[in-house]
Amino acid sequence: MRKTIAVSACALLAAGAVQAQELRFMCYQDGVECDAWADAFQTFEAENPGITVAVDVVPFQAIIESLPVQLEVGEGPDLARITDYGGLARFLLDVRPFVSDPDAIEARYGQSLAWSRVGDNSADGIYHIVDQLTATGGFANATLFEQAGVDLPGPGATWDEWAEASRAVRDATGVDFAMAIDRTGHRFAAPAMSWGAALFGEDGDALLIDDGFRAFSEQFLAWHEDGTLAPDVWVGAGGGSYQDAAGEFTNANLVMYYSGSWQIGRFGRDIGDAFDWVATGGICGPVACTGMPGGAGIAGFTRTGHPEAVGKLIEFIARDDVQAEVLARTSNLPANALLQESGIDYADVSDDVRAALTAFAASVPGFSDTAFALQGYQFNRAVYTNIPARITQAIVGELTLDAALDRLAQDVADAIAEAR
Amino acid sequence: MVRDVVGRAAVTLYEAAFNLAERPMRFAQKALGVHRLAWVFLLPNLLIFGLFTYLPILLNIWYANTAGDRILPTERDWVGGANFASLMDCESYLDPNTCRRDLFWRAVHNTGWFVVLQVGFMILLSLIAALILNRNIPLKGFFRAVFFYPVLLSPVVVALIWKWILQRNGVLNAGLDGIGLPTVNWLLDPSWAFFWIVFVSIWANMGFYVLILLAGLQAIPGEVYEAAEMDGTPAWRQLVRITLPLLTPTLLVVMVLSLIRAVQAFDEIYVLTGGGPGSATTLLIQYIYDVGFATRPRQFGLAAAASLIMAGVLFVLTMAQLAATRKRGEEG
Repeated sequence: MRKTIAVSACALLAAGAVQAQELRFMCYQDGVECDAWADAFQTFEAENPGITVAVDVVPFQAIIESLPVQLEVGEGPDLARITDYGGLARFLLDVRPFVSDPDAIEARYGQSLAWSRVGDNSADGIYHIVDQLTATGGFANATLFEQAGVDLPGPGATWDEWAEASRAVRDATGVDFAMAIDRTGHRFAAPAMSWGAALFGEDGDALLIDDGFRAFSEQFLAWHEDGTLAPDVWVGAGGGSYQDAAGEFTNANLVMYYSGSWQIGRFGRDIGDAFDWVATGGICGPVACTGMPGGAGIAGFTRTGHPEAVGKLIEFIARDDVQAEVLARTSNLPANALLQESGIDYADVSDDVRAALTAFAASVPGFSDTAFALQGYQFNRAVYTNIPARITQAIVGELTLDAALDRLAQDVADAIAEAR
Repeated sequence: MVRDVVGRAAVTLYEAAFNLAERPMRFAQKALGVHRLAWVFLLPNLLIFGLFTYLPILLNIWYANTAGDRILPTERDWVGGANFASLMDCESYLDPNTCRRDLFWRAVHNTGWFVVLQVGFMILLSLIAALILNRNIPLKGFFRAVFFYPVLLSPVVVALIWKWILQRNGVLNAGLDGIGLPTVNWLLDPSWAFFWIVFVSIWANMGFYVLILLAGLQAIPGEVYEAAEMDGTPAWRQLVRITLPLLTPTLLVVMVLSLIRAVQAFDEIYVLTGGGPGSATTLLIQYIYDVGFATRPRQFGLAAAASLIMAGVLFVLTMAQLAATRKRGEEG
């Protein structure tokens, strides 16, 4: 009898240990993404007794700097919200064997799933689900345009038209800056492609310095020389560090700001009804009108002790109803093709925010194939961090533009060689 | 009475603890011998040093001779001295543009200038401040606190305070604008940015060295000055012939400390300018940080090689200064 009780107790304990699975989810947020997921996971936990999800909210810097180190030494969370798919590709868990309907996920997220299918990863693996599709694009202070009596350039306007109009508004209203572009190669790449930059060489590697890339670089320097672009953004930082100009735009000190859709929620919250602002939609160069896609996604890691539970959670995250609810709350663009078609019912957002979301969503189909290729390129971070370092040297006169571009190509080639 | 009781209790406790340890110590001494027993006492510290100092140094040497963006030492490819060769590949070390790793050499040049200017001016200003504070001036205690206060601040706080002062719409430009003078983008002009990192670094660290020099000044016997006064020696001659020679050991300590600290400067400069504009204020530590941690993919090998080169230079400089100190001490 005593033996039976002991065996039963052991069995119960063992069963409990098997069933109680806690997944740790490392999450960063631009707005309320982590809060929205934490709430959504309550439904998941109710549907999957025995699996709990602990959401650890961390700064973006922790995702970029700490997470790779943790994963490298075999530590870290079970899942995380990431943006560097290529850099983390070798740590990502292919959940295809653990989801009930991989084809449905493929049909909805096929384009963004490709971003993790690099290196040794499987060509049909399901490694992450994008929960925040982003698109680069411009924002304009409509109130300043109105005060200056300058017409807002319409859809399809060129960079030159925006620069001219922004300068006119700056001069008429007395604000400090006409235009600003975030200090990162990700933002630089979009207009460079619009100037005809192919970015990739025949060997399939970046970074090709061709006539298009050189032409936009010259234009970029010229805009700094004539004061069109705010020097504080690119000149005011060193190395490959990121710098935005969201604060200047929010403070109505900047006429036109080239950033991305992830700023929409922030602008809606911080600007409120202080002034009217609009999304510019796609801006055209001499060759194309492309922006850059991107986005944050949720991925599981191979180090997890609960791959099946991670698979279940990823499948839950990919669900149309779950995505729709979270996207409505976070005011983000869907990567889910079905939701892109049907649209998201963004509740409780201002007209500015709603219009901006529509404008950015409409611009994505016009993005070039090169833009999507760069986003899915395994070594795109080498491109993104080296462009600001070298181009800024040319702006401040440390290097000639030719020397800066030569050095840039060499830096990217060195970084790729190091990673291989 | 109470003090006696407490004292006796303490002695009894000490004796009891001593007796308790005596037997195993005697046993250990017998088993290992007197000389080997010393190692037993050194072992805990050696372990701590080994784990947190020597092992990281060895790891750093391993990283410097390997390549790849993998962190685990076993997963890295051995490349020998390739990283050092790449860093040292220059047509002219005086012109970074001719170097394979131009940013490293820009950082070396910037660090060199920064060390010369920052250490030179800081020692000069610290000495002047210490000499003034060593006199019987009104509010002496207050001024000593004023000089020392920035030392208590975190480097990040120092940098943020000065950023607030120096930025486009900062306090300094507001003041200049208020009195009708033209404003300057202090941190966007390479020359001004470099001037300000030197200035801010001196402002933040000077108090520490003022304190050391003040202690050195106060250690000089007053009788020496009294004798000089009686001989009618003028004040400037007392400074040159008495104060500075007797203060030299302290000045050498200050120089070694400030030199090491200047070469290691990073946090306040990184927050203030980010190393920019361009690479105008990028010093060696930031170069190492950028290459090893900020850029993607990370180039740990290159960063480790650069840090070893820097450590080597620091070692040579420190040894040279210590040798100079020793020589002076022997000369009497």
